[in-house]
Amino acid sequence: MTSKNILSRLKGDDSLIFIALICVLGFIWSIFAAQPHDVPSMIYPTMEMHGFILMGAFIIALIVIMFKVADGLPQIDHSEYEDGVIKAGVIATTFWGIVGMLVGVIIACQLTWPEIFYFENLPWTNFGRLRPLHTSAVIFAFGGNALIATSLYVVQRTCRTRLAGGNWAWFVFWGYQLFIVLAATGYLTGITQSKEYAEPEWYVDIWLTIVWVAYLMIFLFTLARRKEPHIYVANWFYLAFIITIAILHIVNNLALPTGPFDAKSYSLFAGVQDAMTQWWYGHNAVGFFLTAGFLAIMYYFIPKRADRPIWSYKLSIVHFWAVIFIYVWAGPHHLHYTALPQWTQTLGMVFSIMLWMPSWGGMINGLMTLSGAWDKLRTDPVLRMLVVSVAFYGMATFEGPLMSIRYVNALSHYTEWTIGHVHSGALGWNGFITFGALYCLVPWLWKKKELYSLKLVELHFWLATLGIVFYITSMWVAGIMEGLMWRAYTDLGFLEYAFIETVSAKHIYYVIRALGGTLFLLGTFIMAFNIFMTIKGKGLAQPLDGDIPLAKRPSVPTAAPILAGE
Amino acid sequence: MSYDILAHFIKIGGTVFFTGFFVLAIVYALWPKNKKRFDSAAQIPLCDDDRPELGDGDV
Repeated sequence: MTSKNILSRLKGDDSLIFIALICVLGFIWSIFAAQPHDVPSMIYPTMEMHGFILMGAFIIALIVIMFKVADGLPQIDHSEYEDGVIKAGVIATTFWGIVGMLVGVIIACQLTWPEIFYFENLPWTNFGRLRPLHTSAVIFAFGGNALIATSLYVVQRTCRTRLAGGNWAWFVFWGYQLFIVLAATGYLTGITQSKEYAEPEWYVDIWLTIVWVAYLMIFLFTLARRKEPHIYVANWFYLAFIITIAILHIVNNLALPTGPFDAKSYSLFAGVQDAMTQWWYGHNAVGFFLTAGFLAIMYYFIPKRADRPIWSYKLSIVHFWAVIFIYVWAGPHHLHYTALPQWTQTLGMVFSIMLWMPSWGGMINGLMTLSGAWDKLRTDPVLRMLVVSVAFYGMATFEGPLMSIRYVNALSHYTEWTIGHVHSGALGWNGFITFGALYCLVPWLWKKKELYSLKLVELHFWLATLGIVFYITSMWVAGIMEGLMWRAYTDLGFLEYAFIETVSAKHIYYVIRALGGTLFLLGTFIMAFNIFMTIKGKGLAQPLDGDIPLAKRPSVPTAAPILAGE
Repeated sequence: MSYDILAHFIKIGGTVFFTGFFVLAIVYALWPKNKKRFDSAAQIPLCDDDRPELGDGDV
């Protein structure tokens, strides 16, 4: 082969060369990690397991890349959007949603009936191991996949250009799934650094950093290639989410491993600085992962589905900068009445209350987008899901600042009220807006006229809404009750209730909560079925114009986009 | 420079910088001349979105 031939073979999507290099380096590291450690397994739990998982993943990746480059580097077709990775993201979101919510129902049952759901011989089913699995699975696996998939969809459409970076998008997708598997298996076997929402150990953190930087680069380069002069507001929110999560993740996980192949590390921070760093991270995970990222979904999918421009574009700009400047200071409200200095607590509290403004500004902007199209709420259950999610956003962000007030926090902290608050946001806001976005995306991506069944969407909506209502009302009552019981004194100045009395008083509310969670999970199963049947093209999901990609069709006036109620 | 002096300037500088930046963002959002641009930006998601536009250098 002449050198000219070799050079021409190297033209095309060169991302695969770099991805292969990362996989080779990772493979070499994992060979050492998979060696048996001559230390007690109690101290370094199951590093070998992660070593083998990584080895398998990198080998599979290298084989796939080899097949892809067998005939030279693949070419990128800039006349079509990159939708394959988004389709994969939609399926992954649905899958992890079911896993995460199922684990949620299991741990709700463990709290309700501890004597039935306690398995002495299966330590990995212990509540302490399953709880982080639930939180990470719903936030990072379900929510994270939804954010990655929707962001890559929205950035292409609003910039009118194909995703930059060729196969880097697939690297981000599969790399993120690998991160989820490593995190989840780690929690179950006891590999954790015991930081809320940041449990994975140092090597998993490094892997996520590599994946996340690739994600940021794809996003930035796609923005740079845009054919639209203005960067649409949803992209601003997505970009803020990606950049802030990168910073939070790196700083909060600064740690020193005990060895290059050990599953154990020590944080660089100690004492109250460690606590403050953790909750600066923890609250901004809420602020920039669960809020900014999902607001981006709101700013694209609600206007698109309602076929109306956003109510006030000015307000969206003010909303964006207010969220950016205020949210980062709210973390200290997680540490009221601790060793954290009083002024820092007050600062966190004041900024949390100021968050009412942007939160409600954003909610009004989302809701008012429907002005003149309110009738669609009656006919289109998907749009209703999106809009109800914004209502829950308003409710949760009203409650949050209230609970951040030190005096209210004295009652609410450590009680079920916090759990209720989190779930009104997570189930109502994040869950519903993700469901709505998935219901929009599936017919759009697979080129179908409509979903398989809108009646099933209707059923999902009501099951999930009923589930949320059961969940949050029972947790409010349980939380306020136990908070009041903890602080009740007798005439003689003794505590009136033993701790176990407050636990047994909550039993009935735990039953209601488990019921609510089960209804919500049932709704998600129905959604998964609906998505599956839509992809298969059953029911109303008829192919759009004979399945010819629009780009390949002769240039006649193109059909109107598939929209609400059509 | 001692920690206290440094912290003093960073606190004041940070407050001024962040507040100033935020005020500028609001002025930008409310500036009457920008209204036209924002109105067209608000239409971006509603446009037909079946294929990307091709520019220079796109094969």
